[in-house]
Amino acid sequence: MKQWSTVLFTDECRVSVAGEGEAPAPRLPSYGGRRRTCGRPGVRVPAEVMDEGAGLSLAIAQVVRRLKATRLHSQLEREAKEGLRRPDIAVGSLRDDVRRFLAASGWERKLQNAVYRELHVLPPPGHPAASPEHAKEPLAYMREAQAGWERRILKSLNSMSTELGVPLARKRPAPEQKELSNKWNEMGTDEPDLSQFRPVYAPKDFLEVLISLRNPNHDRSEEVGAQSQWGLIQVPLNVQDVAQMREAFADLALNIGQLGIDDHTHVPADLFESEHVRLGKRVVSEQDSAAAQQYSRQGCPTGLRAELWALILNSTNEPEDILNYDQLKAGVIQYDLLVDNLIYKDVKLTASNDDYYFVFEDFLYQVLLCFSRDTTVLEHFSYNSATPPKSYIQGLYGVMCLCVPGKAGEEDYVVVYPPNGVIPFHGFSMYVAPLCFLYNEPCKLYSVFKEMYIRYFFRLHSISSSPSGIVSLCLQFERLLQTHLPQLFYHLREIGAQPLRIAFKWMVRAFSGYLSTDQLLLLWDRILGYDSLEIVAVLAAAVFAFRAENLMEVTSLSSAEAVLADLSTLKVMPLLQIFLFATVI
Amino acid sequence: MSRSKQTGGPKSNYTSPKRKEGEGRSTVRYRCGLSNTIQDVLHQRPGWIEVKDDCEWDFNWCDVGWLRENFDHSYLEEHVRICHFRNNYELTRKNLMVKNLKRYRKTLEREAGRLEAAKCDFFPRTFELPNEYHLFVEEFKRSQGSTWIMKPVARSQGKGIFLFRKLKDIMDWKKVARQITVEMNTFVDGTRSDDQREENQVESYVAQRYIENPYLISGRKFDLRVYVLVTSYTPLKAWLYRDGFARFSSTRFSLSSIDDQYVHLTNVAVQKTAPDYDPEKDCKWQLQQLRRYLTAKHGRETVERLFQDIDNIFVRSLLSVQKVIINDKHCFELYGYDILLDQDLKPWLIEVNASPSLTASSQEDYEMKSCLLEDTLHVVDMEGRLTGKEKQVGGFDLMWNDGPVYREIIHFENLGSTSLTANTHLGCNNDRQKQLRYLLKPFPGQKRA
Repeated sequence: MKQWSTVLFTDECRVSVAGEGEAPAPRLPSYGGRRRTCGRPGVRVPAEVMDEGAGLSLAIAQVVRRLKATRLHSQLEREAKEGLRRPDIAVGSLRDDVRRFLAASGWERKLQNAVYRELHVLPPPGHPAASPEHAKEPLAYMREAQAGWERRILKSLNSMSTELGVPLARKRPAPEQKELSNKWNEMGTDEPDLSQFRPVYAPKDFLEVLISLRNPNHDRSEEVGAQSQWGLIQVPLNVQDVAQMREAFADLALNIGQLGIDDHTHVPADLFESEHVRLGKRVVSEQDSAAAQQYSRQGCPTGLRAELWALILNSTNEPEDILNYDQLKAGVIQYDLLVDNLIYKDVKLTASNDDYYFVFEDFLYQVLLCFSRDTTVLEHFSYNSATPPKSYIQGLYGVMCLCVPGKAGEEDYVVVYPPNGVIPFHGFSMYVAPLCFLYNEPCKLYSVFKEMYIRYFFRLHSISSSPSGIVSLCLQFERLLQTHLPQLFYHLREIGAQPLRIAFKWMVRAFSGYLSTDQLLLLWDRILGYDSLEIVAVLAAAVFAFRAENLMEVTSLSSAEAVLADLSTLKVMPLLQIFLFATVI
Repeated sequence: MSRSKQTGGPKSNYTSPKRKEGEGRSTVRYRCGLSNTIQDVLHQRPGWIEVKDDCEWDFNWCDVGWLRENFDHSYLEEHVRICHFRNNYELTRKNLMVKNLKRYRKTLEREAGRLEAAKCDFFPRTFELPNEYHLFVEEFKRSQGSTWIMKPVARSQGKGIFLFRKLKDIMDWKKVARQITVEMNTFVDGTRSDDQREENQVESYVAQRYIENPYLISGRKFDLRVYVLVTSYTPLKAWLYRDGFARFSSTRFSLSSIDDQYVHLTNVAVQKTAPDYDPEKDCKWQLQQLRRYLTAKHGRETVERLFQDIDNIFVRSLLSVQKVIINDKHCFELYGYDILLDQDLKPWLIEVNASPSLTASSQEDYEMKSCLLEDTLHVVDMEGRLTGKEKQVGGFDLMWNDGPVYREIIHFENLGSTSLTANTHLGCNNDRQKQLRYLLKPFPGQKRA
């Protein structure tokens, strides 16, 4: 991976990147086709690129452009200049010597990790002629559905603002600012009256929208027969079947050691655990994102998870991150937003009532309130099918109102609202809660959460055709269940208990709040390891399979829900393994 | 009313001779003086029947008061079991516990040296008032600016506790205390003859250095409640339960508000009177949860060391009273240990309860406590189903059996050699059901399934 430093400093985008460096270079698997990422810790870069080179240099140019704007770039430059003074650097071989110096001092590894991180969030380059919205979501009907859904949310938020007479945003008077800043660490002790506020939407409202999705170009009349879909999701998306999943998730196979199985008390630690922990320590000391990601596929030991996840997400907690967090905090203290109430309400409704997470109430406010002010989150809308809501400040009174894109008058001052463009819904805080288990400092917690959000969680509540998107997950869940356990599926469908109606809430939260924390973290290890949310759909199906016997006996939706009400005793890894690898299909 | 006085010399029950087949009782008559989880557990146990006050019983779950009134006047048959030791206050009263620990520490220092004695430094500096008032004042002046906590020795559940930083505060208290003690006179129970002189007039308090840097999770203070079962003091045989919980204070910790006792006391009993207490909210974590949390933050080695230090507290505190507690083979006792962690992950012993609250505060809590009590009964083994050589019974691991108990771990590299790892699993996976299935013979009269 030497070449990256060359590229970064020379502006030449030579196509000399892939694979041959000494460090594990991110492999560039195909994107357009359905054989996706999971061979090695995958990074999505277009397929054709491998052969053509043009697309690759485009991607490189894009990464270089982005990295040049970072602090890492100036740091590298400074280090390189510093390095010039060293005696072992000769003028004749300046280039190579400086490069060798950067490699030895660990800066090259930092650069690699940064590049790796960029590749993770790099939107798939489309055809040069394609519009930017094509990069967000290639299918027009998906885009439209998402836009329609956004209109509904905005309407609801606007009417909440008018009905309750609560402005979308207001500056806090000085005494109030002081008070808030004093109790920053104990915001949970405040008991504001939130009875008027309702969550803007709950997962089940969102499910209705997904159920009504249709592809206008798809003729469904021919589909009767073996291909017919008994489930609720009726859009033709190509999701992986079990055979493909087995290949993609090969590292979960029965013969490969897994934390969450092979670390149990009856298995002697020497067989797998000790060696795995030793390896984990080495990965941490090497500070290599790619290696950490690969490692995470077999699960992270509890004591190393915090470091490993931060490494995978390249969340380095530099002084600038702390500064950035403090600025966001100042933003919270200065301005009161309507969405703050939604955050308060959500935390009170979910995390504060949870047996495990109630302790972290204060952390959740400290993270979520700052998150809502973070405009750098907006970047992820270049590859998210969702579009951040705009609001305009009307006339003289400075009243803010949310508007549908394109409708604001030209003289109005248009801003994104909330500043990060993400409107929290019922259960949103559960994306953060499990992370409180890993990180003590709000700042560190914040940067890890933000990275998790812009890589994964946003996909769980926006309508898109991405394989990790919620629509694909729903479809995949239904397909898996239908193929694996047709009798169960049929039975549940007949009694009016469509499986997705039960499983949807699990998947929207990536199971947070449903599994016990240790099991949840084992699951999220794999999300990070495989860089994909598909495992969530597999687990949902596996849970049904596990309780199949009891489910066959129920006769109504409510009794089916009762059978599946408590997932806190489940062991994730055995369920996944059995479902994927030990079931005859 | 002759009772064979059993002061329990080092008799042969250390090696626990295997009980003869058929010794197990098919019916156990029990008496239960408490109405909570324990009653349900006793009631549900196959073959156990409740008897009323005057009837003969085989098993008695009584409160301490009953024991003190009746124990000395009753004749107890060989097989009979009762849930307290006669003078358990040596361990459970705050002043006596400290006194015993201080004495034990001194003996150790003399016999085994400084290093060994330092292993007893797990209780905050404590003085008994009014007896040690002068010693206390000396220490107080030496440690200017630190915070102290006053606790009445004989009361529990956080009653009568307050914090102070100035001597003046306890001057006021002394005046008030004299008035109160007139009313309190009747309260003092279990005091020994030497206590019953002048001091009897004033309610005894302990003044204890307050731990000013408690370990906080998300700004909240918490303490651990851990259960230890002692089935014999001579030789000492103690079992440690795997489950337990961390109790969180509902408000946030800061030393600036020392008047706010709700912050400082994590007793659920105190929390319940806090103005914003929500009974639906159970401010507890299972110990497993806490152990995982700490492991995630500090790594496995650190946390293992912490839990070893906690084990050390149990063992040392029990050894410190071993010689003064009147051993009796009829007695066993379940203790609730309160442990506090500070920011350096050092555990501190706060107190030991002989009648830990068995009232459940939630469904989860109820289940945990039921299992705890069931396993207590398994260990006490009225039914005679154990061999006496078990190292684990349900959720209980044998921690001390006249000496440390080790796990048997066979290493794969050097087959056969066993390593010396303590046989304790506090906050680890509780595989009690599986273990019990494997361990226990069916109840007498029941057919093996």
